[in-house]
Amino acid sequence: MYSEKVMDHFNNPRNMGEIENPSGVGTVGNARCGDIMRMYLDIDDSGVIQDAKFKTFGCGAAVATSSMATELVKGKTVEEAMQVTNKAVAEALDGLPPVKMHCSLLAEEAVHAALWDYAKKRGIMIEGLREPAKDIGER
Amino acid sequence: MNRIIYLDNAATTRVREEVLEEMLPFFRETYSNPSAIYSFAGEARKAVGIARERAAALIGAKAGEIYFTAGGTESDNWAVRAVAESRADKGRHIITSRIEHHAVLHTCEYLERQGYEVTYLDVDEEGKISPEAVERAIRPETILISVMAANNEIGVLEPVARIGEIAHERGVLFHTDAVQAYGHIPLDVETMHIDLLSASGHKLNGPKGVGMLYCRENLRLGAFIHGGAQEKGRRAGTLNVPGIVGFGKAAALAGERMQERYEREEKLRDYLIDRVLAEIPYTRLNGSAKERLSNNAHFCFRFIEGESLLILLDQKGVCASSGSACTSGALDPSHVLLAIGLPHEMAHGSLRLTLSEETTKEELDYVVESLKEIVGRLRSMSPLYEDFLKQK
Repeated sequence: MYSEKVMDHFNNPRNMGEIENPSGVGTVGNARCGDIMRMYLDIDDSGVIQDAKFKTFGCGAAVATSSMATELVKGKTVEEAMQVTNKAVAEALDGLPPVKMHCSLLAEEAVHAALWDYAKKRGIMIEGLREPAKDIGER
Repeated sequence: MNRIIYLDNAATTRVREEVLEEMLPFFRETYSNPSAIYSFAGEARKAVGIARERAAALIGAKAGEIYFTAGGTESDNWAVRAVAESRADKGRHIITSRIEHHAVLHTCEYLERQGYEVTYLDVDEEGKISPEAVERAIRPETILISVMAANNEIGVLEPVARIGEIAHERGVLFHTDAVQAYGHIPLDVETMHIDLLSASGHKLNGPKGVGMLYCRENLRLGAFIHGGAQEKGRRAGTLNVPGIVGFGKAAALAGERMQERYEREEKLRDYLIDRVLAEIPYTRLNGSAKERLSNNAHFCFRFIEGESLLILLDQKGVCASSGSACTSGALDPSHVLLAIGLPHEMAHGSLRLTLSEETTKEELDYVVESLKEIVGRLRSMSPLYEDFLKQK
């Protein structure tokens, strides 16, 4: 049911892990639907994303979209990273099954949540960025 | 890794060779319609009669009380709907449980839309339905109690004998979905006070596409499939002779081997459960430790998600299933796991392993080793596990 690319990113996730003292970190999703993504970004003084790492609780598509999202934002400026949409993530994975499209949306939101944290810490505004939804966990 | 380790026997089973052998002549040799007049139809008719007797013998019923259907789902739909429709003048209230198969639950929801009232009984943390709760739920207008004999996910055995007794004391019909139990545990429609019982062929090493509904004689039940006069006009359609023959043979073999099979599976099941619980931390067993189907082991691994687990097990040749939402295409995880009180994130990390007579200890050792590796790997990727370790 998954494309070869999805399976590749699921089996060999890129950039899985944590960044110590990240420039920004964001967690999105909720345990209710079964997907939680955490994105860490290391952003240099000129606003370029030097490193991105993720941790994900979720299905094969959730892992693959997080992995692909880190690949897509690495080396990009903050403004460029804002252009990494859920569609771009899904396309880069050669598509997702329709029921899994929300996973790519979650990946986009995870990047945005990490950027929001970065902007808040820096006291800056990022064009087009809104505060991420806080709907994690249901305990 | 070329071999397949099949641990999804609650989903379906492999047809036994003796069963297939007995079915084959009815495709090309004695292939006639058993309802026909000519003598060529005699063999098929006789074979269906034998199958009916075998199917009945397994539950202490009479052959005339067995109606062959296309499977467990049809039998459940028929039983619940037909009782509701034929008893509507007496009342419109049905009692069932929260952990029934969707074949029963969705039929009940359909009836609710038709103006019936349904009580969905809660279960305890092991998945057990309390007979006292059944009794308290009975009203003057209650027409049917439908409680499964064994749960398809967590394998818990329900106290059907006691529930049947209560139903009959109160003059209410009792249906049990025995799709997972039939041929696996002893069932007796007399001592257990069962009026209607659903079973399926492919859960006991018989073919797919054939099931049965036991319906107590003198119970006036309407037809479900309308058409010809087959099955006393109650279930129309040309009989699936090879399927029915296979069902009968599978039932006969299941009856003969029940004790031996139960003991063997139970030993292996407990070996598997003990190893998993001892060797993989933050794991729980779902359902009752002892009152469960001999072939069912059901776990929750905290901090991980079931679909990822199934994909990685599949890559190691292991066939299993999960109650995670992602594996069902639904948004919520298994209704059974939520009913026993698990929080969503735990329910998403569930794994069902169901053994067969062919399962070996070596296979289970391989599965446990695989699980240790896979669960460890998924936990290392999980933000929930990361948070848990930091809190610790």
